This record gives sequence, C-alpha cells and structure tokens, in this order.
Amino acid sequence: MKDKTLKSNLITYGMVIAAYIVVQILLTTGNLSSLFKGLLVPLCVYAVLAVSLNLVVGISGELSLGHAGFMCVGAFASAFFSKCMQNIITISGLRFFLAILVGAAVAAVFGVLIGIPVLRLRGDYLAIVTLAFGEIIKNVINIFYIGIDSNGFHMSITDQFSMGMEPTGTMIITGPQGITGTPKDSTFTAGIILVLITLFIVLNLINSRDGRAIKSIRDNRIAAESIGINITKYKLMAFTVSAALAGAAGALYAHNLAALQASKFNFNTSILVLVFVVLGGIGNIRGSVIAAVILTALPEMLRFLSDYRMLIYAIVLIVMMLFNWAPKALEWRERYLGRFFKKTVKEGK
Amino acid sequence: MSFLSYLINGISLGSVYAIIALGYTMVYGIAKMLNFAHGDVIMVGGYVAFTMMMNVGANPVVAVLVSIVVCTVLGIVIEAVAYRPLREAASPLAVLITAIGVSYLLQNVVLLIFSSNPKSFPSVVGVPDLKLAGGSLIITGKAIVTILSCIVIMIVLTTFINKTKPGQAMLAVSEDKGAARLMGINVNGTIALTFAIGSGLAAVAGVLLCSAYPSLTPYTGAMPGIKAFVAAVFGGIGSIPGAMVGGILLGVIEILAKAYISSQLADAIVFAVLIIVLLVKPTGLFGKQIQEKV
Repeated sequence: MKDKTLKSNLITYGMVIAAYIVVQILLTTGNLSSLFKGLLVPLCVYAVLAVSLNLVVGISGELSLGHAGFMCVGAFASAFFSKCMQNIITISGLRFFLAILVGAAVAAVFGVLIGIPVLRLRGDYLAIVTLAFGEIIKNVINIFYIGIDSNGFHMSITDQFSMGMEPTGTMIITGPQGITGTPKDSTFTAGIILVLITLFIVLNLINSRDGRAIKSIRDNRIAAESIGINITKYKLMAFTVSAALAGAAGALYAHNLAALQASKFNFNTSILVLVFVVLGGIGNIRGSVIAAVILTALPEMLRFLSDYRMLIYAIVLIVMMLFNWAPKALEWRERYLGRFFKKTVKEGK
Repeated sequence: MSFLSYLINGISLGSVYAIIALGYTMVYGIAKMLNFAHGDVIMVGGYVAFTMMMNVGANPVVAVLVSIVVCTVLGIVIEAVAYRPLREAASPLAVLITAIGVSYLLQNVVLLIFSSNPKSFPSVVGVPDLKLAGGSLIITGKAIVTILSCIVIMIVLTTFINKTKPGQAMLAVSEDKGAARLMGINVNGTIALTFAIGSGLAAVAGVLLCSAYPSLTPYTGAMPGIKAFVAAVFGGIGSIPGAMVGGILLGVIEILAKAYISSQLADAIVFAVLIIVLLVKPTGLFGKQIQEKV
C-alpha cells in the first residue's frame, strides 16, 4: 500500500520534471514558438490552481466556486509587496520568493476568515457562498486606490484625487485599472518549482494522518464525527491550505503580467479551474495537472480554427464529460474498448 | 418620492430575477442539478425576439411567443442530449461541468451568428408610463408590465403545480424519483417538462430584461443568471415562493444599494446579504430543513 502511493507520487513528480526538461531542450534548440513560450507560466499557474482546488473538491468533498477570489487576493497582495519593495530588495529572485510567501499568507488568512462561516453550510449552499465571496473580493478590490509618497501610504475608495497625495507620490493600486508595472519576475523555472512544491504539500497532506481524517469526513461525516474527528478543524485545514496555494498561484500570475486587474478573477476563472479538476478526475492530483496543461493549451492549439475555436472547445468539453461520466458510455467503453480503458473506467467509478 | 421610485425599479428588476430564479429552482428541485446554462437560455430568448422583430418584422407579441417556443424546444434538447445521460453519473459535479459546457456552447454559437457587437433591443412594451403625485413619481410602462407578468406567472405556475396531474407528478418526482416511478409516473417526461417550463420562462425573462436594459450581447445572460441563482438560494432552492421572494428582495437590495451606497459595490452588497441570510438560515428563507439520518 505504502509503496504503491510512493510509486504513484514519484511518477507525478517525475512527469513534471520530465516536462520541464523537454521544454528546456526545446527552448535551447529554439524549437518552441513564441505562443508557447507565453503559455509556459500560465500553464504552471493553472496546474497549481487545479491541484489546490482538487484538495477542496476532491479530497475534502466540498464544491468551491470561488477559487479565483483567493487567487485574486494572493495576486494583489504579492504585486503590492513587490511594488513597495522594488527599490528596497533589488535581488529579483529573493523579492519574488518573498512575494509568493506574502501572497500565500494573505490568501491563507482569507481562507480561514471565509472558511469559518462557509464550512458550516452543506453542499450547494456552500458552493453558492464561496461563489459570493469570490465576487465580493473581486468587487471590493476593484474600488481601492492606494498610493505612496514621502508621508507614507494613502488610501481611498472613491478616486485617486481625494487621497491628498504629494505630486511626487506613486500610485500602487488604481481602482479598476488595478496594479500596473509589477516587476516581471515569474519564470518557467520558478513556475515549475511552485508546481513541485504544491504537489509535495498536497500529496503529503493527503497521505498523512490529517489527510485520512479529511477523506473520512468526505466519505461519511457522521461516522467520522462519531470516532472523534474534529470536523471543523480538518475541513478548515484543507480549505486554508488550498487558499494559500491559490494565493501563491496568484502571485506567480501577477508577476507575469504588465497590468493586473481584479475583474480578471471572475466567476469564469473559478469555473475554468473547476473544469480542470473534474476532467482530470475528482480527487486525482496527477489528473488535475494533466487536465490543466491540456485544457490551457487546447484553446491555443485550436487557434487555426479562429472564430470556431471556443465553439469547438465547448463541444469537446461536453463530449469529454459525457464520454467520461455517463453510465451508458462507461458500459460501452468497458464492452468495446475494455482492453484500453479498463483502468480509467475503474478510476472513474 | 425618490425612494418610492427606486423601490418600484427594484421590484421591477427583482421580478425579472424572480422569473429566472423560478427556472433555476424548479430544475434544481426536480433534477438536483445547478443548470448553469440557464442564463444563456435567457440570452438566446432575447436574440430570438430581437431577430423576429428586426429582421422578420414580426409584431412584438408574436416575437415573444416565437421566442418562448424556441427556448422551450432548446431546453428540452439540452436536457435530452447533455443532462439526461449523466443523471445517474457517479459524481453530481459531472452534470454541473456539462452545464458549463452547454453555457459556453450557446454563447459561442450566438457569438458566431450575431457577432459580439451589442444589439440595441427595441421596446416590446406598448404600455404608457404612469404618472403619479403630479408627475413626481413616474412608473414606467416596462415596470408595470414586468411586475404584472411576474405575478401572473407566479399564480399560473402555483396552480399548475398544485392542481394538475403533470404538476403533481413534478412534486412527486422531486420528492422521490424511485417511488414516483413505481407509481407509474414517467420520470424522464416529467423532468423534460420541467426543463421546458423553465426555459420558456427564461425566454419571457430574456425579453423583459432586454426591454429594461436594451443592450444585448452574447454574455447578457451570464450575470443575471448568477444573480437569479443567488435569488433562488436566498429563498431556499427548490421552493417556488422562495424563488419569487428571493428574486424580488434581491432586485430591491441591488437598486437601493446602487442608489444610496455605491454603484460599484452593489453586487458585493447583494452577495454579502446572501451570505448573512445563509449563515442565519443555512437553507434559505423558505428552504426545507433536511433531517439527517444515521
């Protein structure tokens, strides 16, 4: 049992490292199109997001529709930190490392604050409240104006001119325009390291005593409670770790963009990540990484279809869901494609 | 006076949310699924009515009727093709993701046909504005028609569910599918009927929404869809009076927040009220408390 999980985990890490090496070879030999170069960091961002959301949806068994909110908090906190520290910490690697920690920490605080009320609810009610929190975070960050001058920070929630800033001061957050000019510290290497750290944290958590407690709550809450498992504590643990990792992903995302706007972290972003989790297999961490990579790259690979691109994407999504989940399709697969699909069919069930 | 006119605007917007929320809540009550494509059916309804009026030159009433028929058929087709095969799937999330796929599909089909340029929706309401208190309080004809349609729909729907056989069948299926099947109820047919009614209502909501906010794009349905979903949860998802009350409350809160607090924060306030309500009453205002059995 133990060897089997270890082997499976090593395959997951190996897969990420192998992908990294292949991309590096392609980069040095110049075989990678600029389109794909631009995709490398987003691929890492979405892989981290998918793995972190899978911790809540797959392992803890709660549907969260507000994951983009935590990403948003992490992105803004880290970009804010980097902008303030730009002239103080000049080593970009160190500054970026600290920025990711800041993003993760602030997102974790939000995870706890939101988790305490939210985790009292069940099922679809929990889902809608996470959605609501995600939208609130987006809307609230959207109205903030923060600037800095020789007197320190100035803040306003109406406009940039009511802050009474000196003309020499600089704006950090400009309302709906968000943060511009964040140092571009994100690299593919940093992204891959973050993916590996995320996998390490999540896989270790799942296979630990705490992880088994979380899974027992998912499988049968009442039975878990009756053997003395503290429901709130373990649910909150999964939720907070997930939020922190989403915050770190947000930091990676923010340092890859010239302009960061809160409106990008909307409901659709949360849903996009949820699609990765469900298509990769609920509770299957390796599947989340693979699905995130394929589904982020797919719309780009379909570019030759131009206007029909998103239409084809939608159809592929529906067909894949039907093929992977419909009981009749599973039966059909078992009968005719049993040799190729046996394993996946079992996992699907 | 300005408060009264905000209130009436709120009730009018809330009536649209309520009609959309009815579709959400009925589908949830019977199929136990969140139909995220519902908002896009509204948008399709708006586009059909728009095409009928602008390109075919039909009279507004005919346009609305055609729009209802198209959306009803669309609802039945979506249910049969995308949702029914997944009804017995191992995870309830499967059908949720498929619904999202359907939502993308509808948006992109409309995008390809009509392009993303906003269409200016012509008014379908011929009722004159009502001036009260010497002209200081104006109730627009649109608001009157919207609120009246909402009341009529509510009465017809409640009567249909409580007094007719298909309505009773819907209640039975939402209570217990297996038992309903044993009683000789056609479960698939009843669920298809629910989708048909929900989508027909979405077409009405689409026309009313576009009359009030006349800019029509392929993404018009998304935000009202989410808000109506919030309204349905607010009132207790699965409950028809709940959807009605939830929708109207949501509309009123949104308009009042826009008028008196901040137009940018209005959405955040709506969601915050939802969170507070759910924390006090975890199954919504009219939701049923479900006893857990060990």
